[in-house]
Amino acid sequence: MIAEFGHFALTLAFAVALYQMIVPMIGAAKGWQGWMDSARPAAMAQFLLTGLSFAALTVAFVTSDFSLKLVYENSHTAKPMIYKISGVWGNHEGSMLLWVLILSLFGAAAAAFGSNLPPSLRARVLGVQASIGAAFYAFILFTSNPFLRLANPPFDGRDLNPLLQDPGLAFHPPFLYLGYVGLSMAFSFAIAALIEGRVDAAWARWVRPWTLAAWMFLTVGIALGSWWAYYELGWGGFWFWDPVENASFMPWLLAAALLHSAIVVEKREALKSWTILLAIMAFGFSMIGTFIVRSGVITSVHSFASDPARGVFILAILAVFMGGGLTLYAARAGEMTAKGVFSPVSREGALILNNVLLAVSAFVVFIGTMWPLFAEMMWDRKLSVGAPFFNQAFTPFMIVLAIVLPLGAIMPWKRATLMRSAKPLRAALILSIAVMVLVWSVSTGRSAIAVIGAGLGAWLIAGAAAELIHRTGKSGLSRLVRLPRADWGKAVAHSGLGVTFIGVGLLTAWQTEDIRVAQIGEPFELSGYQITLTAVDEVQGPNYVSTMATMQVARDGRQVATMHPEKRVYPVQAMPTTEAAIDNGIFRDIYLVIGDAQADGGWAVRSYIKPFANWIWAGSILMALGGLISLSDRRYRVAAGARRAHANAVAAE
Amino acid sequence: MILTLLLTLPIAALAVQPDEVLDNPALETRARQLSQKLRCPVCQGENIDESNAAISRDLRLYVRERLVAGDSDDQVIDAVVDRFGEFVLFEPRARGGNLVLWLAGPFMALIALLVAWRFVRARAASTARVEDLSESERTRLQEIMRD
Repeated sequence: MIAEFGHFALTLAFAVALYQMIVPMIGAAKGWQGWMDSARPAAMAQFLLTGLSFAALTVAFVTSDFSLKLVYENSHTAKPMIYKISGVWGNHEGSMLLWVLILSLFGAAAAAFGSNLPPSLRARVLGVQASIGAAFYAFILFTSNPFLRLANPPFDGRDLNPLLQDPGLAFHPPFLYLGYVGLSMAFSFAIAALIEGRVDAAWARWVRPWTLAAWMFLTVGIALGSWWAYYELGWGGFWFWDPVENASFMPWLLAAALLHSAIVVEKREALKSWTILLAIMAFGFSMIGTFIVRSGVITSVHSFASDPARGVFILAILAVFMGGGLTLYAARAGEMTAKGVFSPVSREGALILNNVLLAVSAFVVFIGTMWPLFAEMMWDRKLSVGAPFFNQAFTPFMIVLAIVLPLGAIMPWKRATLMRSAKPLRAALILSIAVMVLVWSVSTGRSAIAVIGAGLGAWLIAGAAAELIHRTGKSGLSRLVRLPRADWGKAVAHSGLGVTFIGVGLLTAWQTEDIRVAQIGEPFELSGYQITLTAVDEVQGPNYVSTMATMQVARDGRQVATMHPEKRVYPVQAMPTTEAAIDNGIFRDIYLVIGDAQADGGWAVRSYIKPFANWIWAGSILMALGGLISLSDRRYRVAAGARRAHANAVAAE
Repeated sequence: MILTLLLTLPIAALAVQPDEVLDNPALETRARQLSQKLRCPVCQGENIDESNAAISRDLRLYVRERLVAGDSDDQVIDAVVDRFGEFVLFEPRARGGNLVLWLAGPFMALIALLVAWRFVRARAASTARVEDLSESERTRLQEIMRD
C-alpha cells in the first residue's frame, strides 16, 4: 500500500513538474504576474511529493518489504539498519529517485530563498529546473520504476552488494548527487539569463553560491569515494582514473572553473558569455556522468545497471538539454556585452588562465574517458585508456595551475605588475624551495614526484598564508580576523589543494610494501616497523563470516598498534571482501591485509607503509571547508543585505 | 557480471601472491611497474597488479618469466599485446590514430591560450580608449553591489 502511495506521489510530482515547466515560462513571456508566481508553490509541491515518494521507498527498505522487487534484490533482513537505509540509493532505481529528490530540493530552495530575484528571472529559473525534473521523472516512471511489485514475495532478500555495505560508500552517492544536481541550478540560471538576454553582477551573485555549494558537495563526494577505495579495495590505491571516477571529476573541474569565472562576472562584469557557456557545460558533464554510470556504456565496477533502453533515454535527455542550451547560447550569447576592461596581467587575466587550465584538463579527462568508445565505433579497435595515460596527460596542467595560483590570487583587479605582486610571496617562495631541497635530500634516488608534490603543496599553503598577511597589512590581528569570509574561504580552499598535493606526491613516491607468507609469531621488518602476525580467528558478523587476523606492530621495540585485518565472506551474495586494517597517523598510515592460508601453516600477508596518505583527504576536507566559509560570506546571505539596507535607512534619519 | 566473475574465482585470491615475487628486487620492481600498465583482460578496468582474477595471475607470472629470461620492458609489453591485443594496454601507444588522443590536450591548451590571449589583448586595448568610462562603471558596480 505504501509503495503504491509512493508511486502515485511520484506520478503527481511529474505532473506538477510539467505544469511548472510550462505555465511560469508563458507567464514570464507575457508578463502575467500570477502565472509567474505559480512557479513557487509548484516547486514546493514538487519537492513535497518527491519527498513522500522517497520516504515510501525508504519505509519499504527499512521494514524489509520483499514484495517490492527492488527491496528483494537489494536488501536482506539481517543487514544492519544503516545499510537498509543506504540500500535505498545503492541501486539504479533508488539512486535515480534520490537524484530527482535533490533536483526538486534545489528547486524548492530557489523558490523559498528567491524573493529578491526579479520575478521573471525567478519564474524562468524554476521553469528550466522543472523541465530537467520532468525529463528525469519520465525516465524513472517509464524505464526505472522503483515501486514494482513481485507476485510471490520471497521470504528474504538477496542483500546489498557487500562492497557497498560501508559507511564511506553509504554517503558517497548523496554527496555526489548534491553536487551533480546542484550544478543544475547554475544551468537553469544560465538558460534563464539567455532567455532574458541579460547577465549582470547581481546574476553572478545569484549563481555563485549555488555553484560553490555544488562544488563543495562534489568535493566531499569524490573524497569519500576515494577514501572508500583506499581502505576497502585492499591495496590502498586512492584514485584509479576509472570512467566513473572521471565522470564525477569532470564536473568538479568545470565547477571549479565556473565558480572562479563567476567571480569575474560579479566583480568586474566581464567574461559573461564564457561563464554562461561554462554553466551549461558543467551541468552537461554532470549528465554525461549520469549517462556513463547509468547506461553501462563504458563498463566499470560502478555500473550496477546495464540496460540499453535506459542509456538511450538518458542520451536523449542529454541531447535535448545540451543541444537546446547550446543552440540558445549560440543565438543569444552575442547580446552579453562585457563591461569591465583589464590588462593581461591582472586578477582577471589570472582567472582566465585558471579557466583555461581547468577547462583543458577537464577536456583531457573527457577525451581519455571517451577514447575507447570512440576507437571502437570508428575503427572497431578495442583499446584501453587508463591511469598511465591520465597521469602523464593530466598532471602537467595541475602543476602549471599550482605554480601560477598564489601569484594570480594575490594580484589586484584591472592592472597588476608581476614584480609588485610577487613581492609579498618572497617568503613563501623561499619556504617552498626549502621544502623541495629537504624532500630531495631525504629521497635521493627516488622519483621527482615527491619533490614536485611537496614543493608545490608548500608553495600553495605558504602562498595562501602570505596573501592573508598581505591583505591584513600592518594593522595586525584585529584586521586579520575581520577580513571578509570570502578571503578566508579562498585561503583555506587553496591551502587545502596544497595539502592534497603534498599527500599525493609523498604517498606516490614514498610508499613501501611487503608481500610474504607470514608465520604466526615470526616478526618481519618494513621501513623500520616490526610486524608480527600473532593469531588468525574465525569471527561471526551480523551478515558475514570473517577470518580475522591479529597483528602487532612495533617500532624500536616499542608497541605501536594492534591491528585486525579481515577477510569476510557474505554468504547471501557469496562474495568475499577484504577489510584492510589501517593505523592512521598524521605522517604515515600502516596498512595491513590478510590473504589466504598457505599449505605450510603460514598466511599470505601484504603490509604497506603509506606516508602522508591522510593528507589527500584532509586537503579535500579543507577545500570543501573553504567553500563553506566563502558561502557564509555576508554578501551571499540574503537576509544580511536586507538588514544592512534597514540599518542605513535608520542612520540617515 | 562482476558478481559471476567473482563467484567463479577461488575465494579472495589477493592480487600479487607471495609465491610470485621474484628474488631479484630490481626485476621485481620492473615487473610491478609493467603490471600496472597491463589491464586484466576479463575484469572491469583493473590492472593485473591489483586484480584477483586467475588470468591476471597467469599474466603476472608470464611477465616475470620474460623478465627473468632477459627481455626488455618493451619486449614484454609487445609479447603480451601480441597475445591479447591492445585492449590490455592501459597506456595506449602514441602512434596512428592514438596520436590524436595524446596530442588533444596540448593542442587544446594551445588553442585556448591563443583565444584567451586575443580576448585579453582586445580588452586591454579598449582600456586605453575608455579609461574614463571605467570610473563611472566602478560607481555603477558599487551601486549594484550595494543592492
